[in-house]
Amino acid sequence: MESINYQNFRIDAENICVDYNGKVALYDANLRLKPGQICGLVGMNGAGKTTFFNALTGFVNISKGKIRINGESVRSAQKDQTIAYVPQSEGIDSQFPINVWDVVMMGRYGSMNIFRCPRESDVQAVKDAIERVDLTDHLSTPIGNLSGGQRKRTFLARAIAQRASILLLDEPFSGVDIRTEKLISELFIQFKNEGKTILLSTHDMIHVREFCDLVLLINKTVVAYGETSEVFTPENITTTFGGISPDFLFGPES
Amino acid sequence: MELCSFLTLDSFITNPLAHDFMRKALLMSSLVAAVCGFLSSYLTLKGWALMGDAVSHSVMPGVVVAYALGLPFSLGAFFFGVGSVALIGFIKQKSRVKEDTVIGLVFTGFFALGIVLVSKIKSNIDLHSILFGSPLGISLSDVKQTIFISLLVVILLSIFRKDLMLYCFDPRHAKTVGINVFFLHYLLLTCLSLAAVVGLQSVGIILVVAMLITPGATAYLLTDKFDNMTIISVLSAIISSLIGIYISFWFDLETGGSIVLAQTFIFLFAFLFAPRYGIFKLKKFFTGYK
Repeated sequence: MESINYQNFRIDAENICVDYNGKVALYDANLRLKPGQICGLVGMNGAGKTTFFNALTGFVNISKGKIRINGESVRSAQKDQTIAYVPQSEGIDSQFPINVWDVVMMGRYGSMNIFRCPRESDVQAVKDAIERVDLTDHLSTPIGNLSGGQRKRTFLARAIAQRASILLLDEPFSGVDIRTEKLISELFIQFKNEGKTILLSTHDMIHVREFCDLVLLINKTVVAYGETSEVFTPENITTTFGGISPDFLFGPES
Repeated sequence: MELCSFLTLDSFITNPLAHDFMRKALLMSSLVAAVCGFLSSYLTLKGWALMGDAVSHSVMPGVVVAYALGLPFSLGAFFFGVGSVALIGFIKQKSRVKEDTVIGLVFTGFFALGIVLVSKIKSNIDLHSILFGSPLGISLSDVKQTIFISLLVVILLSIFRKDLMLYCFDPRHAKTVGINVFFLHYLLLTCLSLAAVVGLQSVGIILVVAMLITPGATAYLLTDKFDNMTIISVLSAIISSLIGIYISFWFDLETGGSIVLAQTFIFLFAFLFAPRYGIFKLKKFFTGYK
């Protein structure tokens, strides 16, 4: 009998269920991702995409099932800074009085002492991260004065500074300019080569085809999961979106 | 004679200082204002204005019961302050009633209980000083308590300054990197209850919420940096307290009301003339910058 080495999986979610005060948001969902894999999370609004992210980060508790991150519990993944979460633009108060540098520094908080005093290495990590997303000219710009794309890159830099091996991105391409979109897709290739695991939710079917190795179609539970080329079919997409044809949703090209 | 001395600014400020009760009031109110102002940045950014209102009103029965039992009033107030929030959370979770409705009905319930208790427990409790504050008649034991609580809150906020900012800004990220969000939530609530307790001595239960939100709101209009926001908030709170007490001394006005009015005027000034976010944008006016 072949035994599975769970250490090989960065993310291993088994039959997870999440409910909010008795209302089921997600049930019997499975996901297994290895290092260097990019997986697209596709579903309607309210299909449980954000809930899935919340379960993986430990922001909500699962009522059933099991989640292993690098073979360990979610709790120890939090302690080890394993997972970084890049929020969607609507999830952030853009008027908060904080600048780019301080947001990115928040990526280091988990590994600092209780007063969150940055060490030399933290400062360096933040500098490098900001450079990678091309925001060096905006170190002290308040996030309220940034464009949507620049703000998105700020939060991406926070994830980079955290040195997480798993990146969860909620709608990374929504509301960003062409330049940011290009920069993000280049970073994805780099992350993949560095062996990071990426799970991203998106509405844009073209992005899924472009850089997702795997795709997870959900509608409260997993509709289909596997290699993008095999699973990302018009039939599956139609099922995921409750019977609406992909032609109608995304135009005849897709 | 009185009018003459009033006309010079110097004696306007120094004359009241001859009175022991005025020196005490100015010092204690400044301390209380500083504490409330510090917390205020967090509450306004977290969107807890209504929560602040709820907690500050809910401490009423706690104050009354503590006085009746001869306990430190802060203890009773703290118990009911945190209790009200727990009750709000419980009712919200177990019923379909919306959150703002639950908050409204819980705190008015507690407040009503407090008023009924005052009328029943015929002791030396002065309802007026609880409702409207009495910084001029603060007792020595109250002074000690206030200093102790104020220091406690300032120390807690200072230690967890950055964590609380992260909690207000992006709790999901805080949780993801292993920061105890549950602890921070209750830490902020605890500080809120304690600040409400010390604040009510200055301006009374009814107006204490102003101490907890107005300085933060003023500062929010004046800066884009969190640290500056805290500093401005604390300073504007202290200045309002001093102005309020002086005005109430010279014109024989209700002290708590004067302090809060001073805060409101400072807010209105920022609202109209703040360099970036004010209606008239003073900076543009002076520099022609667009």
